Amino acid sequence: MEFFQSIDWMQMLRCFVVGGLICIIGQILIDKTKLTPARILVIFVTTGCVLGGLGLYQYLVDFAGCGATVPLTGFGNLLAKGAIEEIGKSGLLGAFIGGTKAAAGGISAAVFFGYIASLISKPKMKKQ
Amino acid sequence: MKPIETKKEYQDYVDKKSPNSPIIKNCFNAFWVGGLICSIGQLIFDFCKFRGLDVQTSNTIVSIILIGIAAFLTGLNLFNKIGKFAGAGSLVPITGFANSIVSPAMEYKSEGYVMGVGGKMFTVAGPVLVFGISASIIVGIVYLIFNTASITLV
Repeated sequence: MEFFQSIDWMQMLRCFVVGGLICIIGQILIDKTKLTPARILVIFVTTGCVLGGLGLYQYLVDFAGCGATVPLTGFGNLLAKGAIEEIGKSGLLGAFIGGTKAAAGGISAAVFFGYIASLISKPKMKKQ
Repeated sequence: MKPIETKKEYQDYVDKKSPNSPIIKNCFNAFWVGGLICSIGQLIFDFCKFRGLDVQTSNTIVSIILIGIAAFLTGLNLFNKIGKFAGAGSLVPITGFANSIVSPAMEYKSEGYVMGVGGKMFTVAGPVLVFGISASIIVGIVYLIFNTASITLV
């Protein structure tokens, strides 16, 4: 298989370690604080957005690839990066268009698959 | 066993019976499950790159596929088993975002398909989108203020 020969395993290892470390931060937040999962998700997205806006997150993306883009911080980074890129094209309007535009695929997929998956799911039966 | 009378005694009893949250073990599980999810993403990403797609498109495809998988696993009641085991390992990657959409939607299915499923989908994901998108707009405006090159484009 030509594809499997082309995989960069060092890159894969970096991705695994960085992705895992970001999850450990989340786990420590869950165990050591009383934050609800929703708040943790919000913290991660906002942090990613700020780091992305400062241009710092890009270093992590360059280093770890999907290890940095798959966690929700990467989603925040995508929003910030999209906004900044779009500003280059359409100025102030870009701040409003860019973020959602960059994340449109993910958001739409989440809405669509989320709805379909809820429709086909069977609600859990509570054992009496 | 002697009956439990006061609240304090009950609390002591609960503390004795419930395992004290083993943070090292939780972190270890979160680490490898989170790492594994990211690695699956990297594998899909590499495959897209191998097929000649650009970075941005590949990243979008990775997100869509992971979100799709997580949504259907949640629908089949498998994701919460992974979640119980891995904690933040499945919550922090984008799979957690999909899970946070599907699980409330499933719970409120009995309230109907529009206000039940459609309305409750965003109980957890809503704040994420609100803060994420608002933050990106603020970042954009701040960038606009501090970057004179782009002000001329307004």
